[in-house]
Amino acid sequence: MSQQIQNTGSERRSEGSPYAPHTAADVEAMLDAIGAESVDDLFDVPPSVRFDGSFGIEASSEQAVVRDVSDTLAQNEQLTEFLGRGRYNHYVPSAVDDLSSRSEFLTSYTQYQPEVAQGFLQALFEYQSMLVELTGLEVANCSMYDAATALGEAALLAARVRSTSGSQVLVSDLVREERLSVLENYLIGNDMTVATYPAEDGITEQATLADHVTDETVMVYAENPTAIGTIQEDLAAVGDIADEHDALFCLGTDPVALALLEEPAAVGADVVVGDASVLGLSPAYGLGLGLFATREDYLRQVPGRLVGASEDTDDRRAYTLTLQTREQHIRRERATSNICTNQAWVALRTAMHVAWLGATGLVGLAEECVQLPRELAAEVDDIEGVTAPVYDRHHFREFLMETHRDAEQVADDLEAEGFAVHAVDEHRIQVCVTDANRHERSEFVDAVEEVVA
Amino acid sequence: MQRYEQAVWSETDGPRYEPLLAEKNERTVGVQERSSLPDDVTRDSVTLPELSEPELARHYTRLSQMNYGVENGPFPLGSCTMKYNPKFTEDLAALPDAAVHPDRSAGSTQGTLAVYAKLQDYLGRIGGMDAVTLQPPAGAAGEFTGILVARAYHEHNGEGDRSEVIVPASAHGTNFASAVMAGYEVVELSPGDDGRVDLDALEAAVGEDTAALMLTNPNTLGLFERDIEQIAELVHDAGGLLYYDGANLNALLGQARPGDMGFDVMHFNLHKTFATPHGGGGPGAGPIGVTEELADFLPAPQVRDDGGEYELYEPAHSVGKVHGAMGNWLVLLKAYAYIERLGDHGLADTSSKAVLNANYLESQVDLDVPFGPFHHEFVASAGDQDAADFAKRMLDYGVHPPTTKWPEIVSEALMTEPTELESKDTLDQLAEAFNAVADEDEQSLSTAPESTAASRIDQTNAARNPRLSWHDLE
Repeated sequence: MSQQIQNTGSERRSEGSPYAPHTAADVEAMLDAIGAESVDDLFDVPPSVRFDGSFGIEASSEQAVVRDVSDTLAQNEQLTEFLGRGRYNHYVPSAVDDLSSRSEFLTSYTQYQPEVAQGFLQALFEYQSMLVELTGLEVANCSMYDAATALGEAALLAARVRSTSGSQVLVSDLVREERLSVLENYLIGNDMTVATYPAEDGITEQATLADHVTDETVMVYAENPTAIGTIQEDLAAVGDIADEHDALFCLGTDPVALALLEEPAAVGADVVVGDASVLGLSPAYGLGLGLFATREDYLRQVPGRLVGASEDTDDRRAYTLTLQTREQHIRRERATSNICTNQAWVALRTAMHVAWLGATGLVGLAEECVQLPRELAAEVDDIEGVTAPVYDRHHFREFLMETHRDAEQVADDLEAEGFAVHAVDEHRIQVCVTDANRHERSEFVDAVEEVVA
Repeated sequence: MQRYEQAVWSETDGPRYEPLLAEKNERTVGVQERSSLPDDVTRDSVTLPELSEPELARHYTRLSQMNYGVENGPFPLGSCTMKYNPKFTEDLAALPDAAVHPDRSAGSTQGTLAVYAKLQDYLGRIGGMDAVTLQPPAGAAGEFTGILVARAYHEHNGEGDRSEVIVPASAHGTNFASAVMAGYEVVELSPGDDGRVDLDALEAAVGEDTAALMLTNPNTLGLFERDIEQIAELVHDAGGLLYYDGANLNALLGQARPGDMGFDVMHFNLHKTFATPHGGGGPGAGPIGVTEELADFLPAPQVRDDGGEYELYEPAHSVGKVHGAMGNWLVLLKAYAYIERLGDHGLADTSSKAVLNANYLESQVDLDVPFGPFHHEFVASAGDQDAADFAKRMLDYGVHPPTTKWPEIVSEALMTEPTELESKDTLDQLAEAFNAVADEDEQSLSTAPESTAASRIDQTNAARNPRLSWHDLE
């Protein structure tokens, strides 16, 4: 039955893959040319390991698959998300969806033949350039998997450039545990350890950090804004402490925050990591884009792909992947990382979104990320039994609110009201507000009032 | 043969390339006067391109026209498995229901988790594996995860002092780097005269230090490791685990399963085997499958069907996480839809046609092709010609060249994988391009390509004099 469905309207094709173009006559002619009796004869697989069973997966028409997958996904509840903690929802302009979906971009591969990949290479060069502008650092690669793996790669870079002494990476305890777990796995081959230092009053305090950093420390990692949305003050002091101990200062952030906050290079950051897909992509259940930028000193230690400008034989400007001796296809076990396929298409989308916003738009969006949580926190703070924000600081996109009720229960109750939030601990809820959910603010405040009462 | 004409953007009096966004229009915006934050936490200014949407649309449309994708023509990059990407999967990935935040509760994301659980199940059946995690965001990340799982397994069994991973020379370059990242020394295994694993060399290499053997099968020469059962026995007898690199799984779908061949852990390259777009170099996805013995070590969280309700759980001895969230979800979703579309018969037919196409193309190409018989790809030698020059001339004929100079086992290698999606006519056109280039002398090839957006690009200067952002161009 299913095979008949597949071949409706295309009798010229032989049975099987709906995308293979072969007619029965083609198959015959090709076998003749090869000198084989049947396609089966071309498989050089011993009978003892030939698979003659069935997967039990029935083929379906395109229409049936679309219906099945749509219906399955529709089982997700329709909630307005006030979730953040490193994954953010901003409106993505239609131009990004449309232009990035052009098949010449979408269906191409890594740019090993630069003469026919100038389009993608230029777009990635522009992406690198935007990150160089936003971070103030000299070098940005053209994508990593996500913020957590970019942090892991930063620690590996620190291990390489500080290989003579030290084995500890020091991380703020505000950092998401998922990121710490990824970091620990990335360091497993280097006998390095991860230690945390406590945040004080919602940020990294200079004195506390100074108590925890030692000569064993090869990298200090802090985020700005933090995972709870607080904006760090005196970030340069963090850089100074790292510097005093000859440790790298790695800063976690994102391109929207960078439009407003101090330039990482100006506060002494040696490496900047984060998730750049906050522009260009929805939260996409965690599919991200690792941002990675560093100082020119570490250029040859950078993981992943780099696009460089050069010239063609007619002296025209042209682009190519460069410094490939860092990569695994040449250096194998001595490579700076095992990265090959990563997130180039997401980087393309992010660059398009930045370009669509322009400098004015990006700064405006960032300022909105400061104003919205300030306003929303003040509104929920007016509710009896709610304190917000928990930390009296400037916030970016998100903040904590405290209630006397159990936080998990509050989150569950809010979910029943149509809102998704994150319960941080016993009494604290994290709330994230951006341009994507701002229109639901008053409904959200009403719901908080209702469930907290 | 007809020459190819790629779009080249030029202005009569100006530079003959598509100008950078920054050159079209750049604006510096003062930050402190636009921000309500105190000056000591903000930057002074931001400089970025600022264009109208129509200008942007033209810019990126022009760039796309200077880029070659699967829909522009044949793309027989060996080992990369560049196949056509069905359109309907893009529509599914664009559904609002697919865009949920990863911190949502399991109860409110039953649809997403259902696709997860079903894809885990499908991949387990296709690979002959007992358990699958979808978390690794790329094939190389899958390799790293697989070796982490193997390491955790050995440590759990008191065999944590196993320190070596054996990798044949015919494996992917990533295998070496992934094994090193997981803390292992790599022992490279030279191939036998037939291009396959030499059993005597393997026997000499395995021992109590062996944590795993990483094997690509069919290997990068397109050859099936016929002695796979003896290989598995040698590795297992030494207490090591057998790792399957799924880069070439497109050649074996429904014909043979890694689990049945004795592999303990494997990765799937969803972007290769299951036709999700390569996106100019990602996102891909690299789920891994393992046997029952290794299931407790998989990354967390895992998804399971608990009597009609999907839930997240942490395997008993989980290695933790290898991605900040649940991996490259939209890629997983597209692969799931592709598998449902093809079903058993379509998947098996994919491999049949891929192998037929590779063998047919090889039969039409007048180049020396050492080793055989081939499955999905073959490695021809450009002989006296430089494989890189050879490739550049192929661009003039409107066909993307094969992977060049890899594997090093074959001199001036052209690793060619047409996939199941090229017609006989297209394969004939490809063969014609191969043969035409083979007839040229090296001198004439050195000026190729001539019909592309850029002529030959100076890669040496790019590396010696790195210019990595528009600041470096000023």
